[in-house]
Amino acid sequence: MIRLEHVTKTYPKASRPSLDEVSVSIEKGDFVFFIGPSGSGKSTIIKLLLREIQPTRGKVNVNGREVGSMRSWKISGFRRSIGCVFQDFRLLPNRTAYENVAFALEVIGKSKAVARRVVPEVLELVGLGGKEHRYPHELSGGEQQRVAVARAFVNRPLILLADEPTGNLDPDTSIEIMRLLDRINRTGTTVVMVTHDSNIVNQMRRRVVEIDNGRIVRDQPRGVYG
Amino acid sequence: MRAKYVLSEVFMGLWRNVTMTVAMIITMAVSLTMLGASVLMLMQVNNMKVFFYDKIQVSIFLKKDVSPDQRTAIESALKSDPLVKEYTHETKEQAYENFKTMFRDAPDLVNAVKPDTLPEAFRVSLHDPEEYQKAYDKYKTFDGINDIVDQRRLLGKIFGILGALQNMALVIAVVQGLAALLLVANTIQVAAYSKRREVAVMKLVGASNWFVQAPFVLEAAFAGLIGSIIAFIALVIAKRFLIDGSLSVLTELLTPVPWRNILLMLPLLAGVGTLVNSITGWITLRFYLRI
Repeated sequence: MIRLEHVTKTYPKASRPSLDEVSVSIEKGDFVFFIGPSGSGKSTIIKLLLREIQPTRGKVNVNGREVGSMRSWKISGFRRSIGCVFQDFRLLPNRTAYENVAFALEVIGKSKAVARRVVPEVLELVGLGGKEHRYPHELSGGEQQRVAVARAFVNRPLILLADEPTGNLDPDTSIEIMRLLDRINRTGTTVVMVTHDSNIVNQMRRRVVEIDNGRIVRDQPRGVYG
Repeated sequence: MRAKYVLSEVFMGLWRNVTMTVAMIITMAVSLTMLGASVLMLMQVNNMKVFFYDKIQVSIFLKKDVSPDQRTAIESALKSDPLVKEYTHETKEQAYENFKTMFRDAPDLVNAVKPDTLPEAFRVSLHDPEEYQKAYDKYKTFDGINDIVDQRRLLGKIFGILGALQNMALVIAVVQGLAALLLVANTIQVAAYSKRREVAVMKLVGASNWFVQAPFVLEAAFAGLIGSIIAFIALVIAKRFLIDGSLSVLTELLTPVPWRNILLMLPLLAGVGTLVNSITGWITLRFYLRI
């Protein structure tokens, strides 16, 4: 599903690479944590998988497509197969929960009728039934992140990328979000999550890939943060 | 649905930034008006060249004390000259008659001139008016000739003035056009900045590039279209009230500007306005904002 082969990423003007000869393979339906201290290079992996950046060297293969050398006009189509959640939610403040999710559908050409059918369903799934018409500022942090998860999941992507999704949330809310991601994973969606929240990693007991100074220092099937 | 979305985004974008939009449209309109005026003048000058060159003559004015022998020598030379299409001989009396009809509106002037004061002349039409110089070189050596005047030289001055006006209009069009393009670039940057969250989300969920860019590019194109329509209206007003109005005396001298040419400016200006604006908008998006 996802395969990184000897991937090195050096940002311009950086003295050392953010990722240094990283090779990792993630199968369909996996749930993987990338952990490590700030600046270790774990967020760089998410950016590479989204093709926000290109690797300096090495191959990034997602869904059988070579992402590193992908033509720029193919990126949009590629991203439709990937959902993404961030620490800062990235919701549109002037749109309701429903509209935020529907927007993601409309801009890739889905009709309003499709949105009317699919959006309430997915909002129900993330536990926001009844709050469709609230604006982001009328929702709690956890609820906003649920909207973001609903938006990421509404296209039924093959892969869900989560970049510190619990970074702005309190521990209880974080656990709720993790339950949600776990449920999504159980539908067969591959989940890749970058975090430095040790509680969550320890509770979930999923595969853990630890990165330090741009190198993989640990890769455990049912790991802890430790 | 998508078209509706894009269109509503265009109008919202234009309205959100309405002062800038108005400034953009006004400069665009001025630039396009000048461009249109310049093109019309170019068409006019070409039209006039065709019209007048067919009719212009070389006038050979004879000296007051020209002898009959000298006159016959010139006339026979003209008769056998391959450059000459036709010629007429104008006596002092005929010249006076022509003068009287030409200036019948100014009797004071006519009274001041006596039949004797006007020179006798040969009015010569050449096969090719461009060959004036050859004819001039040939006849200047003849005795009894006072002056040889090519009407093309007089026309040349008029064309020179028209050409200068045309260049001036073109310069204004270019300068205003540059200002308009900078305003377009700025408007698009402001519009894209005010929608940066939407753009970020659109890129994230995989909206196609054209779908992200279309509202901005169309915004610029629409402003260009409005600007060109205003410019066209300005040209129509200029035709109606200037060319056919207060300047109509002048247009008798020049050839008339047909409505057909004015109407031709609408598609021309609309095409130039929308195309140039769209390209500017698109380049702005690509280079300044990396959308």
